[in-house]
Order: sequence, then structure tokens, then C-alpha cells
Amino acid sequence: MTDTAIEVTGLRKTFAGPKGASTEVLRGVDFTVRRGEIFALLGSNGAGKTTIINILSTLLAADGGSATVAGFDVARQAAQVRENISLTGQFAAVDGILTGRENIVLVAKLRDVPEPTKVADALLARFGLTEAANKRAGAYSGGMTRRLDIAMSLVGTPPVIFLDEPTTGLDPEARLEVWKTVKGLADSGVTILLTTQYLDEAEQLADRVAILHGGTIIVNGTLEELKALLPPAKVEYIEKQPTLEDVFLALVGEKEASSDE
Amino acid sequence: MSKTITLFGRLMKHITRSPDTIITVCITPIGIMLMFVYVMGGAVKTSLPAGMNYVSYLLPGILLITIASGTAYTTVRLFSDVATGLFSRFNSMPIKRSAMLWSHVMTSVVSNLISVVIVILVALTMGFRSSAGPLAWLAVAGLVMLFTLTLTWIAVIPGLVAKTVDGAGVYAYPLIFLPFISSAFVPTATMPAAVRAFAENQPVTSIVNTIRALLMRATIGSEIWVALAWCIGIMAVAYVFAMRIYRRRV
Repeated sequence: MTDTAIEVTGLRKTFAGPKGASTEVLRGVDFTVRRGEIFALLGSNGAGKTTIINILSTLLAADGGSATVAGFDVARQAAQVRENISLTGQFAAVDGILTGRENIVLVAKLRDVPEPTKVADALLARFGLTEAANKRAGAYSGGMTRRLDIAMSLVGTPPVIFLDEPTTGLDPEARLEVWKTVKGLADSGVTILLTTQYLDEAEQLADRVAILHGGTIIVNGTLEELKALLPPAKVEYIEKQPTLEDVFLALVGEKEASSDE
Repeated sequence: MSKTITLFGRLMKHITRSPDTIITVCITPIGIMLMFVYVMGGAVKTSLPAGMNYVSYLLPGILLITIASGTAYTTVRLFSDVATGLFSRFNSMPIKRSAMLWSHVMTSVVSNLISVVIVILVALTMGFRSSAGPLAWLAVAGLVMLFTLTLTWIAVIPGLVAKTVDGAGVYAYPLIFLPFISSAFVPTATMPAAVRAFAENQPVTSIVNTIRALLMRATIGSEIWVALAWCIGIMAVAYVFAMRIYRRRV
């Protein structure tokens, strides 16, 4: 057993566009996620975060580079990768016609988990959905749907979880609910790769942050390391630490300025 | 296989919990049947063979219309599973990639069979009678199922490629109208030459004539082979296309 949960090297992906045009979304992405950490992939809309998640969850083939998840190659050992992961996509993928409990039981049956009902009840309790267990998931609020979605991802306790923009489209309260859930997950020892376009979300949740911009990872490190990239806090009338937002905007701006030259 | 059954169970819950899909599927063909039998039936009767009961004449075509509108829901169900990300979720789990698609195909066959039985029951109350024996009924069931599978594989394609749910359902309209330009409602003999040529050489006519002959205990000519060839041929092409798109998209 190594200490590495996800290893991405030189990952490339180009999408064919209309009229022969093509967009090179990933131009050689490298990063490593250690076992048991929450790793945030930060980037604007269209930066290619979902593309990376789709490649890592074996839904999409890369054009170049390699990636391993839990020690298995995503291209050559897709079946083993799928045994070890769980994907919570950008849009909460729950079946609205089924009840919350039925949704979890369904996933448990598909994953061959013994005693699906017991598993479902435990997860429903853990995510505060016991009361709503027998209601159709279609009637859930945004926050409840996301919690159910994440609960479904935990069935069978996969060691690596992908959370693709887990709070996009949620109201602030539901967002806090999801944050609490994700923090709770990290304590249970799973590895989480999270994508987000919200800087405060990465700041709140992640052990390490990588910024995806222009098809590559432009920085990668702990929050403290990223903050250290900027000049130390200036002591003026009040002391103000740079937030991750400052770091992000400064770095992205610099990169754009240099590529314009 | 057991995963396909599990996923099939999920989709059947969709059908039993929103029975309106079955009702909506049945209402149009039943309406067409009522209109043709009670409004136009008297006039049409003069061109039918003597002693032919119009409901019995009409039923095979009505069944095909039922299946065409039923498979439109297959497209819609598939589209919504792609759109909500359920396909991505299940395809990133350790189950066979094809399980999700096959569960939709099985659901299509079963839900269409339910609709067909409902329409036949309504036809019975309107005077439909058949002297067909169990073997002939079995052959009818087989042909109906084959036709359902053919349309289902066609229905899979828009379900996977459509951008909106409205776009997903549109493909079914021409299929629903095809029986109108066939031997389903009136004998083709009275049609103008060009229309007649189309009507007699399109797939629906051979299927309708074969089902009708089976139900009426008439002699089944070579048309059964034409019907089978159409169904199997179209299904094979649709299957190859659908599978290619499926592998590329999900």
C-alpha cells in the first residue's frame, strides 16, 4: 500500500468542436493526492475540472498522459478503479421517483453490499434523512438532495470519492450543510478529490489546493504554502492576511499577462 | 444480468408510480380506434371483405400505433437518466456498462406489452373477436414483441443524443403516422397508384397483414417473412448505431 491515492501525470484532453475547431482543455495536468486528504481542484467555469473528474472516474478516455486511482491505471484497469471510487457528479444524480431509502438500497444492491436495507438506514441516519427516508427524492430540498447524493456515494465505503462542484446551485444554508458533511467524511479516512469554483469552499474544506488554469495546474500546495506565494502581510492600520481569493486572482492575472506578451 | 434486473426494477417503479405514462400511451390509440370504428367505420365497411368486423380489421394497426407512442416514453426515460447524471453514476460503479441500457430496453418491452393488453381489452368491449388458437396468439405476441424491440432500439438513439426533452420525443411522430399510410385502416386497393405503392411496400403493411391473418385464422402468405425481415433488418441497424453512440457518450 502506498501513500498515494490519486496520481495524475501529463494528462491531456482535446475536444473536437464544430467545423473542425478543437479545444485543448487539458494541456498536461500533473498532481498527486495523498491517501486520506481532501484535495481541492480550483478553477473557473470551463477550466476542465469536470473533464479531469470524468477521466479519473473512467467515464472519459484521456488523449495523453496517465492517471492512477488507488494504484490502478484508469485506462487499463478501469474495472478495478470503479471498485475503489465513487462519483458525485455536478448535478445531484438521484432518482426522483424513488424514495431516499430506495435510492440508497438501489446503489447497495448494485454494489453487492450485504444487507442493503441496514446500510441504507445507517446512512440515512448519518445524513439526517431518516424522517424523509420514505418520501420521494424528487420532493427533497436542494440541500437534502445533495446529502442523499453524497450518502449514495458512500455505500460500500469506497476509499476514493470524487465530488464535482458539490455546492453549485445550493443556497448558503444548504452549502454549509454540505461542508459539514464533507468535513465529516474526511474524518472517516476516505480520500476526497473536490472540484469547486468557490474560493472560500476550497479554503474551508481542503488540506491541499491546486489551481487549474489554462489547461495546467499553475500552483499546488497547502493553504499556507499558497499564501506564502504572495508578499507577507503588510502591517498597516490593520493587519490583513491575503485570502485564497487574493492568491487566486493574483496568480491567474499574472499568468494571463505573461501569456499575452 | 442480476444488475440489469435490479435496474429494470427501478424503472418499473417509475411506471407503476406514474401510471399516467401508460394511460397517456393508451389514450391516443384508443381515441383513434373509437373514431375510426364509430365515425368512419360505416363508410369504410363497404370496401372491406364481406362479413369483416371493422374493429377486428383495425386492431393490428392500432397496436402498432400504441407501441410507437409507447416507445417515445423509452426515449424520454433514457434522456432524463442521461441528463440527471444517473448514467454517469451507474457507469462509474463496478457493474457492466451495458446493464443500464438493457434495463431501459426491458422496461420498454414490458410497459408496451401492458399497453397492448389494455388496448386489446378495450377492443374486446368494442366487438373485437378472434378465432385464433393459442399458437396463433403466441405468434402475434412474438411479432408484437419483435416490433417493440425494433422501435425501442430506434428510440434509444434520440434518447442518447437529444439536447432537450421535447427534442427527444419528436422522432416518434412519423412512426405514429406510418400506419395511416398502410393497410391498417383501409385496404390499399382504393389508394392512388403512388400512395398505394408506398403503402404496400412500407414495413407496417406487412406486419399489419400478418397479425391480421393470424387473428383471423386466414392463410399467412409470404408476408410474414417480409414482416420479419423488416423488423430484424431495421432493429440490427438501429442496434449498431445505438450501441456505437452509447459507447461514445457514456
